[in-house]
Amino acid sequence: MFVDAWQYLLLHRAQFATAFGVHVTISASALLLAAAIAIPAGVFAARKAGAALAAINIANIGRTLPSLAVLALVLPLLGTGFAPSLVALTLLALPPILTHTIAGLQGVEADVVDAARGMGMTPSQVLRQIETPLAIPVVFAGLRTAAVQVVSGAVLAAFIGGGGLGDFITAGIAMMAMPQLLVGAIPVTLLSLSTDYLFGTLERRLTPRGIR
Amino acid sequence: MITLRGLTKRFAADAAPAVDALTLAIGAGEICVLIGPSGCGKTTTMRMVNRMIEPDAGTIEVGGRDVTHVDAVTLRRSIGYVIQQVGLFPHLTIAENVATVPRLLGWDEARIDARVDFLLALVRMDPATMRDRFPRELSGGQKQRIGVARALAADPPVMLMDEPFGAIDPITRGSLQDEFLRILRELGKTIVFVTHDIDEAIRMGTRIAIMRAGRLVQYDTPEAILAHPADAFVAEFVGTDRALKRLSLATVAAVATTSPPPPGAPRVASDANLRDALSLLLAADVDAAGVVDAAGGVIGTLTLAALRRSLRSDPAAAESR
Repeated sequence: MFVDAWQYLLLHRAQFATAFGVHVTISASALLLAAAIAIPAGVFAARKAGAALAAINIANIGRTLPSLAVLALVLPLLGTGFAPSLVALTLLALPPILTHTIAGLQGVEADVVDAARGMGMTPSQVLRQIETPLAIPVVFAGLRTAAVQVVSGAVLAAFIGGGGLGDFITAGIAMMAMPQLLVGAIPVTLLSLSTDYLFGTLERRLTPRGIR
Repeated sequence: MITLRGLTKRFAADAAPAVDALTLAIGAGEICVLIGPSGCGKTTTMRMVNRMIEPDAGTIEVGGRDVTHVDAVTLRRSIGYVIQQVGLFPHLTIAENVATVPRLLGWDEARIDARVDFLLALVRMDPATMRDRFPRELSGGQKQRIGVARALAADPPVMLMDEPFGAIDPITRGSLQDEFLRILRELGKTIVFVTHDIDEAIRMGTRIAIMRAGRLVQYDTPEAILAHPADAFVAEFVGTDRALKRLSLATVAAVATTSPPPPGAPRVASDANLRDALSLLLAADVDAAGVVDAAGGVIGTLTLAALRRSLRSDPAAAESR
């Protein structure tokens, strides 16, 4: 069966390369977009207890939605193709990044921030020099969760015409063609694992030595 | 050096003020201890001096300058700040922690390095081995040494210290109190020191401000407060053993006579405090002890009667000890 899958892959090299490229592009774009929204929102929300609580609750509701449901909800609004898939995957990545950013900043000890302010750091110096380095491990844990979710969730983009490795899987299921299915499934699994590994390594590298 | 006038702070519009029209003048080189029960406004008062809390009314002068409306960030860089939990930055080395304010002020690296080494040595931490360590590698007492070194970094004339020894075990606390007292006096800093521990206040303070419900109840030298508590609240606050506490403030040399001691009398060092000397007389069940100098030579006599007289004497006179 794996030999059949290999042969299928060799026969459809160009198609595979395109699908792989789309998969990585859509995942990376969704993650970047989500980070660009959720990190600043988290920094803002972490300043106010009420806003933080509301943001975490909304994010947790968002997290309970199945990935497929998010895609299905986007479909009637934005139609099919790359853009709606990107939107759906971005929505999928927002909650873990948002909650981890808030948790990371709130986890910085109040005394440390008090000392920094009391010695005459401006609010932006406190954020850049104290809170950011101390919150980074937690924020990266959120990015890691989001990245893995997006890479595996991007498989579902095939349902709304977003392309990617999910194309092989959905077609494989529809035609009961096991080799074709594996050409989608195995690379997605490897991609998820390596994403997890990559972000895990980044998380350790970016954690300041004093708190490692 | 620091003058507070009519300082008032309310945390909620309908609540009683946390600090209520407080007026207090602290001279240069004084260690002014703010003390009182929880919620008396002592920490709020201290935090208004560097505008970590903005007052609702009143003025704050530091070094003759009204700082009520100057830029709070600039003001804070000119005032040392030490808190109970120290608040060292865990991701920065000891040297980087100490260098915080000089960096903010834009000192060059060579000057910062020299200053860090000087300060580490001042708080008895070996610069060579300590510079590159991280806060998590330090004990509680060592952390607060670094906390004080960091607060002294830009040589501020004024220091604010909020229960700096509160989280430190009693044995280390005693030696740190003595050591910091020596350092801060040598450097001639003016200090606002918050505590809830009356023994610490008596030990550290040149003046004690006793607060209750946001108001100043009594502001005087430790000796005067122990001798003449302003009211029943202060008397109770300083404790029923206030006579003993007063004795602990004076040394044997201050009340000893030069007459020779009776034969067989126990010996007491001339620089021992009177409380310990009293304990010695009571334990030995005698009325007099021989006073000896550092070299061990007998130089006079301490009697129970002299101890009693010292408590009757005017605290202003005793101050000149």
